[in-house]
Amino acid sequence: MRDAVKLYGRYVSIHVKSLMQYKVSFLLMAIAQFMVSFNVFLGVFFMFQRFSAVGEFTYSQVVLCFSIFLMEFSLAECVGRGFDVFSTMVRKGEFDRVLVRPRGLILQVLGSRFELTRIGRMIQALVMFVYGIRGSGIVWNGPKIMTVVFMLIGGTVLFFGIFLVGAALCFFTLEGLEIMNIFTDGAREYGKYPMGVYGKRVIQLCTFIIPYALVQYYPLLYLLDKRREPWLAVLPLLAALFLIPSYGFWRFGVRRYQSAGS
Amino acid sequence: MWPSGGIIDTAMPDYFGLTEYFTKVLHGKSYGGQTDLARYDTYYYQEEAAMIMMEDICKSYHVAKRTGGFKEACRTLFHREYETIRALDHVSFTIEDGEMVGYIGPNGAGKSSTIKILSGILTPEEGTCTVDGKVPWKDRVSYVKDIGVVFGQRTQLWWDVPVIDSYELLKDIYKIPKETYHNHLEELVSLLNLGELLKTPARQLSLGQRMRCEIAASLLHGPKLLFLDEPTIGLDAVSKLAVREFILRQNRDHGTTVILTTHDMQDIEALTHRIILIGKGRVLMDGNLNQIKRGTGSIDETVAELYRSYEIAEVGS
Repeated sequence: MRDAVKLYGRYVSIHVKSLMQYKVSFLLMAIAQFMVSFNVFLGVFFMFQRFSAVGEFTYSQVVLCFSIFLMEFSLAECVGRGFDVFSTMVRKGEFDRVLVRPRGLILQVLGSRFELTRIGRMIQALVMFVYGIRGSGIVWNGPKIMTVVFMLIGGTVLFFGIFLVGAALCFFTLEGLEIMNIFTDGAREYGKYPMGVYGKRVIQLCTFIIPYALVQYYPLLYLLDKRREPWLAVLPLLAALFLIPSYGFWRFGVRRYQSAGS
Repeated sequence: MWPSGGIIDTAMPDYFGLTEYFTKVLHGKSYGGQTDLARYDTYYYQEEAAMIMMEDICKSYHVAKRTGGFKEACRTLFHREYETIRALDHVSFTIEDGEMVGYIGPNGAGKSSTIKILSGILTPEEGTCTVDGKVPWKDRVSYVKDIGVVFGQRTQLWWDVPVIDSYELLKDIYKIPKETYHNHLEELVSLLNLGELLKTPARQLSLGQRMRCEIAASLLHGPKLLFLDEPTIGLDAVSKLAVREFILRQNRDHGTTVILTTHDMQDIEALTHRIILIGKGRVLMDGNLNQIKRGTGSIDETVAELYRSYEIAEVGS
């Protein structure tokens, strides 16, 4: 495990060095990433110029919800980008190279990309987070802080799991599947509002099929004192279990790749 | 150019007039199970186990049939026809420790499939294969520690950072002990003349320089077995000679077993004593260069003639 962390650190340092070769490009990319999320934020902002609340949530509360969800997504994308663009790896034969090296496949694919430009989004998320906290009147205590930490962990792992599923699908199609974007970028856009506002069907889907609501809606209710049950706070960790079937599917894909070739 | 005769009872002419052993090898079809070739080899190398033992390896791909035309393309959206392509058809050979073997054949003959199976990337449907006592596609991590692979057309160096950074990463990937790493690196740098290149980002290297760095990258962990997939492709004369000389030296000094696939027959001539010819997924010939070289024809002509004689050439004669 320590070896793996050390190796990952080595990968990251190479990515940072590469990035420094193109400083201007990096800066522009990061700013662009910031602007993209900022636009979405503007959408929320203008919406609340007209309406005072969405469902039972006020403006600050929605911003808080959005910021945490965006942070989860950006973290997952920053680290797990290799799985997001996995189809290129397969097509270019880079994955063959991964297979002939004596290290875990996941570790190597993780190391193959590191999207530091996502820092633009993270800054955006951080700014919104602070903004959201100030207006939403949360009384902070230990459990509340832990809830936010759990949400960040659970959400990042969940998105990572979705990337993993998308990557595993490449073993069957070779091409990246646009449909996977519904579950990543699409979810990120939908996730700016607490899932509850979309109605019963959506919340069911996001609880039992792909557990977005476990990292977003339910813990948010607890955070905002709308519900008091403490188990709501640990639901995000339950959502992290999504990684298990994702990993299984990935293993299945790898085995198929090894017996099919390309 | 060659005398043709009717020694063998098929339409296959006997180009080489070789021993009984060789005529048997020409009968690709008659091979199955314990091959005469394998027996021949064990007769000569009884004392030690071979580096690579491949027996009756079969591999087929399931591919969608593709036809031209818009209408056809639409039709395949709903109804796809698949066909099975036999990439490898009972491939068997044995390679000894420290041998240097040229693995040749026309495009699409099954060379890369074989290399991919030997390097553990693919799993065959049938047949057995052991490399240095291990089965390549089982327990990947422990197997690939001892092999090195150079894909001539794909780089393993990081594009934007100095070459030495890529090497440092490989050191961590292979968990090479510090001292071993430094010894290997020092040797490779002096033999391949990499001194200045180490500080250069890979994107600024010429193809020849890059290939030298590439080969060094595959040898840092001191593999017992090295696969070279077209290592001299696109190189100028000087670089080619440097690469060849280095490979020879590596084989001689470290006893590294080398399997070389190439279309450059001069590579073969300069490097290997033994060649294995594969066509349409079958081993057609396994012997040395002198056995196929007759008369005054250049090595390229000889091989082209050979391909045609087995009717495996892609372009007609």
